[in-house]
Amino acid sequence: MADHDHDHHHDHGSELSETQLRVRALETVLTEKGYVDPAALDAIIETYETKVGPHNGARVVAKAWSDPAFKQALLEDASKAVRTLGHESRVGDHLVAVENTPQLHNMIVCTLCSCYPWEVLGLPPVWYKSAPYRSRAVKDPRGVLADFGVKLAKDIQIRVWDSTAETRFIVLPMRPPGTEGWSEERLAQLVTRDSMIGTGFPKKPEEVA
Amino acid sequence: MDGVHDMGGMDGFGKVEPEPNEPPFHAPWEGRVLAMQRSMGYAGTWHIDMARFAQERLPPQVYLSASYYQRWALAMETNVVERGYAGADELAAGHAARPGKPITRKLTPDVVKQGMTRGSFYRQAQGPARFKPGDRVRTKNIHPATHTRLPRYARGRVGVVELVHGCHAFPDSVAIDRGDDPQWLYTVVFESRELWGDDADPTLKVSIDAFEPYLEPA
Repeated sequence: MADHDHDHHHDHGSELSETQLRVRALETVLTEKGYVDPAALDAIIETYETKVGPHNGARVVAKAWSDPAFKQALLEDASKAVRTLGHESRVGDHLVAVENTPQLHNMIVCTLCSCYPWEVLGLPPVWYKSAPYRSRAVKDPRGVLADFGVKLAKDIQIRVWDSTAETRFIVLPMRPPGTEGWSEERLAQLVTRDSMIGTGFPKKPEEVA
Repeated sequence: MDGVHDMGGMDGFGKVEPEPNEPPFHAPWEGRVLAMQRSMGYAGTWHIDMARFAQERLPPQVYLSASYYQRWALAMETNVVERGYAGADELAAGHAARPGKPITRKLTPDVVKQGMTRGSFYRQAQGPARFKPGDRVRTKNIHPATHTRLPRYARGRVGVVELVHGCHAFPDSVAIDRGDDPQWLYTVVFESRELWGDDADPTLKVSIDAFEPYLEPA
């Protein structure tokens, strides 16, 4: 048993260290050549770890739930509408918001690589970039939703948006009932990352108390 | 190219496994890879479609067994070497043996915010859009050996133009160093039966974003 554990850790460790060494070599060469600045790399990593994330998208959704004029602007031109909110990373030109309704559920995928609305949702989760999601989302979205524990009524239409160009999509989920009179800040707490990808729903009011 | 990266509709990859409270990076080197890619992009070394194409050219067994950021690192090595930014000997040695090539600009800490802003892919239209919302179109049955953004599952299929996104740089051209070759871009939506046959989920519609050269009137 001890031997087995040892071998396992050893294999795992050496595989990781090979990648680590290779990435370190790449960084050293690119730095010595004058192409990259390690301090800028640190700053980029820190931004992704602390500033850019689904909380940005949650603010967008909460505002759309609260402000009909903003919602209309968002659905007409999401890039323009989101820019007015002054996020840390400026949203590029190609963001499109798609609205869930009682009859229609939207889901976002990138079957060819990993296109994802980073500016509003941050880094894509591993599952989004994985073969199971990329292969099945366009063919068996209900099966994929079941993997997330999500069940849609049989008569609800599903629309899957395959991000095959530089357009990026964000789902505008439905506002949960029982949230009348809530502030945008409070509403934002209900908005999950997955609800903006279409693989989940917003939280229920009682889940955030 | 008809590679394993083009996964839409393939069976056998198993269940989707969400990870609760997933961290931004699973190891420090992943962040370094991402940040190097951003820096090299800012430096004007290669275009995102060249990075994608380099991943697509990885041997299928490598593509499927590597983690996401491992694929990025491998593709970065390919572009670094192929485009003359460093030699394979230097990457193997882990040190530069020769001076670097000139770059357009360098990402430094003071310009990180600008460096992380996504560029625009809009380009000057070379002519009027051929299609408008509501038009029925058929995707072409093309199989280029190089980079394309028309997935296999949506080739030779009839759909309807829903959105017109303006004129964009054309990845099929950019990826092979043939310039932007700007093309109109459309969201084209397909009925599930058109893509997956009679057993398809009848409540499903799938759309792709298709560049005009992928489309003909139907």
